[in-house]
Amino acid sequence: MKFSKRLIDDVAVVVLSGALDSQSALDVQDRIAELLPQHEHVVIDFSKVSCVSSASLRTMVLIYRQAQALGHTVAVVGLSAEVHNVLDATGFLDFFVLSDSVSDGVADMRALVEGRRERDHATART
Amino acid sequence: MTTPPRVRDRIDSFPTHNIGGYGVRPGRVAPLGATLVPNGVNFAVFSSRATSVSVVLFKIGEPEPIAELAIPADFRIGRVWAITVFGLEYEEIEYGFRVTGPPDEHFKDRFDSNVILTDPYAKVLGGREVWGALPDYDNRYQHRARLAFDDFDWENDRPLRITPNDLVIYETHVRGFTRHPSSGVGNPGTYAGLIEKIPYLSQLGVNCVELLPVFEFDEFGNSRLVEETGERLLNYWGYNTVGFFAPKAGYAATGRFGMQGDEFKHMVKSLHAAGIEIMLDVVFNHTAEGNELGPTISFRGLDNSTYYMLTPEGYYYNFSGTGNTFNSNNPVVREFIVQCLRYWASEYHIDGFRFDLAAIMDRDEHGVPLANPPLIEALANDPVLRDCKLIAEAWDAGGLYQVGSFPNYHRWSEWNGRYRDTVRRFLKGDEGVVGDLATRIAGSPDLYQQRGARASINFVTCHDGFSLMDLFSYDGKHNDANGENNNDGANDNNSWNGGVEGPTDDPGVNRLRQQQVKNALLLLLTSRGIPMVLSGDEVGRTQRGNNNVYCQDNELAWFDWSLTDTDAELVEFTRNAIALRRAHTVLCAMHHPNSIDPTDCGHPEISWHGVRAWQPDWSPTNRVLGVMWCGHHIENGSPDYVYVVANAHWEEHELELPVPDDGWGWHLAADTAGEAPGVYPPGTERPLADPHTYRISPRSVIVMVARPVAG
Repeated sequence: MKFSKRLIDDVAVVVLSGALDSQSALDVQDRIAELLPQHEHVVIDFSKVSCVSSASLRTMVLIYRQAQALGHTVAVVGLSAEVHNVLDATGFLDFFVLSDSVSDGVADMRALVEGRRERDHATART
Repeated sequence: MTTPPRVRDRIDSFPTHNIGGYGVRPGRVAPLGATLVPNGVNFAVFSSRATSVSVVLFKIGEPEPIAELAIPADFRIGRVWAITVFGLEYEEIEYGFRVTGPPDEHFKDRFDSNVILTDPYAKVLGGREVWGALPDYDNRYQHRARLAFDDFDWENDRPLRITPNDLVIYETHVRGFTRHPSSGVGNPGTYAGLIEKIPYLSQLGVNCVELLPVFEFDEFGNSRLVEETGERLLNYWGYNTVGFFAPKAGYAATGRFGMQGDEFKHMVKSLHAAGIEIMLDVVFNHTAEGNELGPTISFRGLDNSTYYMLTPEGYYYNFSGTGNTFNSNNPVVREFIVQCLRYWASEYHIDGFRFDLAAIMDRDEHGVPLANPPLIEALANDPVLRDCKLIAEAWDAGGLYQVGSFPNYHRWSEWNGRYRDTVRRFLKGDEGVVGDLATRIAGSPDLYQQRGARASINFVTCHDGFSLMDLFSYDGKHNDANGENNNDGANDNNSWNGGVEGPTDDPGVNRLRQQQVKNALLLLLTSRGIPMVLSGDEVGRTQRGNNNVYCQDNELAWFDWSLTDTDAELVEFTRNAIALRRAHTVLCAMHHPNSIDPTDCGHPEISWHGVRAWQPDWSPTNRVLGVMWCGHHIENGSPDYVYVVANAHWEEHELELPVPDDGWGWHLAADTAGEAPGVYPPGTERPLADPHTYRISPRSVIVMVARPVAG
């Protein structure tokens, strides 16, 4: 399992590649847990992940839980149809921003930031 | 943000011994089963006579174990063997127990150290992850216990606590509800599939789904091939529990990932968000281990004579009709059942339970009915289950029939079998039923005087027996597809085919059948007590005369969604009839109505009528009954009159209508023989041409509501 991280416009983009078994899922979880507090917006690209175990699905939920505690947002990109279905059936999908591509993910995150800014302005005005 | 205080490691989070390469320490005896603890897993196993107990560990799905850890005898306290094992990859393993009995084995023991036993407390079970996938019988560990996290994010979800007054139950089967190709859902036949149909349930107006068994069971239990067709019959209903704490994996789209618990909880959360409760049909009267010829799965190999009622010769009492009888009033077994239900109520947010063959739970270890069965009392008073509905199927296969007399502690409700039988007999046209029908409509005060009508779960059909359309399409059962020469299933169905057995082109017969279905639904929804509708009856579903589809995992038993189009009229009828019920507090109230007029409004809360107003005819040959409900007596009740007339006669009658009150006139709310769909939505009832009379058609039911008359 390879893990790479880069920054696009303040959004942390994590690309995972390889098999996501229970052991590598734990590594991924640790590394994302590390970067989550520093980044308000994280996009995780799953399109190069080959096989998915139930442990890795739990990892995703844990990532969500950590992001939620911090008030940060996670977008996911490139979920296989199977993973998409499993997350949908368990309701976990509702927790994530789903994007079609990394660039869409970054754009979605920026839109969220814009939205929040506008709301803040609106609140400030009233 | 403040830094959380540093928490010191617990001393017991480190091993004290080493067994088979694993760090271990003496475990905790409670809770029984496997529990995640800091750095490890605690295993606690009860057996009153075992001489050795091992924890057997497997990698998920693997036939051979990776380790077998014998629990040292000095780790045992009382009769509980307990060990904490450290360093387990607990998302990757399955576990079981190997239990050895004493050399001087008692003839009631059935220890078998060749068998890996599953944990009766297992919260996730592998081995049957995909419904209907042929099991690998070479794998000697079939029902494989796994560890559960139980860390679902419920957000703000809580059990709904809908009052009995507002409850309309819808009995359905997880798989059957959406498995039919016409369902159009993404994951047919699953918990996730059911979620997709919640809008349908909401639209229909039901607010409680009661699911046929969802505890892990083996659909291959007693599975067989039909000789003529080669078709495999499966245990579709699932009344043969393998794992009482584990949701059925094969009902989950995510069963292959072991995420059935999460998917189930997502279903509950989604139902609750739509204002719909969830009730489970639970089967504590027997287990999947069958009789002495059945498989050893867990209980039998742990402690046969504790968990089962045994004859003096050591065989199994069979009050369940399925081979064995769970010994539910034994203190250990009772605790098991209480823990199980608490788990479902708290961990899965379940709103209520319907107990299959509940009369068995009144019996002592010899099968003798108890006046004060400790299990029933414990459940009635349990602090965790306090808000859960408890419903007894108050009979068993051993001849104990307790409808109206089930020990209830003012808490339990019952499936009112009397209601079912009486409504059926009345509608079929039997003589001498009018008097009993009146008692049933009034909430069966003869049976439930102390508890009120909330004790009466009224129903005309349930999963067990004919569907409503078949009830009026078949005189007798047609169970040949079950491969038992039509010997299975009930014979006393009180059914009537309307003149032709089975499907017919005769429009008159078909019209009559449709009308009889409407009659039954309308009576059900205007009776005191909690109504239960069988899923599919609202679309006229047929099982082609099969009244026992327990083994039919096919179109015979599945909900055919195309019927929601072809029989849209019936769906609309049902929806409107539920809305009619809800629009009138006097119909939903749960006390037994009075025939006196305490508030001096001019009418008692309930009054009986015949073809002539105020003249009920209780003679055997009469088949017309009118009941006027007057809402003055209901707490906060505004003036509200509802007049229901049922005519099971094959002739029409010119009804003389009772006068509701000065300045009020009757409006037609429903006529099952009238303009489609047969019930008007509340607020659109039609004024009568003649306020004093109404011509009721043969074999029909009408409902009138009173409205102030202009001028």
